[in-house]
Amino acid sequence: MEPGSGRLPGRLVVFGGTMHELSIMQSVLDQVLEKARQAGASRVHAIRLRIGVLSGVVPDALQFAFEALADGTPAQGAQLLIEDVPARFWCATCRHEFEATRMFAECPDCHRPSMELRAGREMELTSLEVD
Amino acid sequence: MCQECGCGLPGENPVGISAHHHDHDHDHGHSHDHQHDHDHPHFHTHSHDEADHDHSHGDAVGQHRVLEVRQAILEKNDRLAERNRGFFHARGLLVLNVLSSPGSGKTTFIRETVRLLGKRLKTGVIVGDLATDNDAQRLRESGAPVVQITTGTVCHLEAEMVARALKQLDLKGLDLLIIENVGNLVCPASYDLGEDLRVVLLSVTEGEDKPLKYPPMFQSAGVAVVSKMDLATACDYNRDTALANLRRLAPNAPVFELSAKTGNGMDAWCEFLIQQHKAIKARDPLGA
Repeated sequence: MEPGSGRLPGRLVVFGGTMHELSIMQSVLDQVLEKARQAGASRVHAIRLRIGVLSGVVPDALQFAFEALADGTPAQGAQLLIEDVPARFWCATCRHEFEATRMFAECPDCHRPSMELRAGREMELTSLEVD
Repeated sequence: MCQECGCGLPGENPVGISAHHHDHDHDHGHSHDHQHDHDHPHFHTHSHDEADHDHSHGDAVGQHRVLEVRQAILEKNDRLAERNRGFFHARGLLVLNVLSSPGSGKTTFIRETVRLLGKRLKTGVIVGDLATDNDAQRLRESGAPVVQITTGTVCHLEAEMVARALKQLDLKGLDLLIIENVGNLVCPASYDLGEDLRVVLLSVTEGEDKPLKYPPMFQSAGVAVVSKMDLATACDYNRDTALANLRRLAPNAPVFELSAKTGNGMDAWCEFLIQQHKAIKARDPLGA
C-alpha cells in the first residue's frame, strides 16, 4: 500500500499491506492459462512480460506473487522473464526521443519538459513458452 | 500502465498500455472476440523480442513452443474503463479521478468543490475506502449524491467497481462526477477508471519531494493540486521546490494551489472545472 513500492534505480522495496502486484499477477496468470488452454498446451515453461518503469509495478513483487499464485497450475515452476522498459519521452524542440533519468520528463539537451511520454507505462504479457 | 493513464487530455501518454487496445473496444462484452483479434499480428515483433531476452534465457527456455500474446496485463480493466468512458461521454459528464496519499485532504477538497460549484455544475461523488462510510457521510454534507465503495482489502479502485457504483447513482441532471480513489500513491496509478482527468493532490504537510518519491502517480497526473495551503507557513513549505518537482514529473499538468478550508484558490479551480465541462459538452458526441 502507500509505503514504499515506488520503482527507482537502486530502489528499496517494502512489502506490506495488500500488494496490487498480487491482483496484477492474477490477471497475468488468468491470461496465461487461457492462452495455454486454447493452444492445447499442458505445461507453461516460460512467461515473458514487459514492465515499464512508470507502470507502478515492482518486478520483484510480481515474481513473489507469481510463485504464490502459480502453485498447482500448469504454470507452476515456469520462468518469469521480465523485461524492464525505461521511460522515454519525445522532445519537440530538439526533435529527438530521450530516456528519462530518474523518470523526469526533462530533455537532457534543452532542459525543457517533454509533453509526450512514448514508453514506460507498459504492462504487457509478451509471449509464453508451452508444451 | 493504467492504460492511457487516465486523463483524456490531448497529447498525453499516447503510448499507454491501452494504446494497444484502442481498436478492440467496439461492443463486445467478453474476451471471446478479442482473443481472435490478437492472434493475427503477433509474429511480426517476435524476433525483436527474442533479442531483448537473450541474456535472461535459462537453459529450459527456448526449447518449447512459443505463443505470442502481446496483450496488456490489465486488458480487462482497460476494456471496462473504456466502456465507462463511453458511458460518461454519452451523458456529457466530466469525470475526475482524485488521488493522493491518505490524509492529503481529498474528502474536504471534494466536499468544498461540490459546495462552491453549487448549481453551476451539478456534481455526484463516488468514494472508495477500504472500510467505513465516514467519507461518504462527510461528502453528503455538500448536498451531492454520494456512493461509497468499500474495497475490503483492495488498495485501489478498479473500473468494474466504478461501473457497479454507477448503478446506485442517479446521473440524471449531473454535469460532473468526482471519483475519490483509495488514499494510496502507488497502486491506483495502474488502474484507469474511465475518467477524463486524473487529479493528484499533494498537501503542503507531506514534503516537497513527494512527487519524486512516487513518480508513476505524479507522472500520470492530468492536474496537480497543492492542498492545505493555509498550513504552508507552519510547515515551512518551500513553494519553488514543490512546483519544480511537480513540473519535472508532470510538466503538462496545470497546478492549483489552494486551501479547501479557507477557500483560497478554490475559485480558480472551480472555474477550471466549468471550462473543462464546457469543452466536454462541445465535444462531438460521435467523437469525430
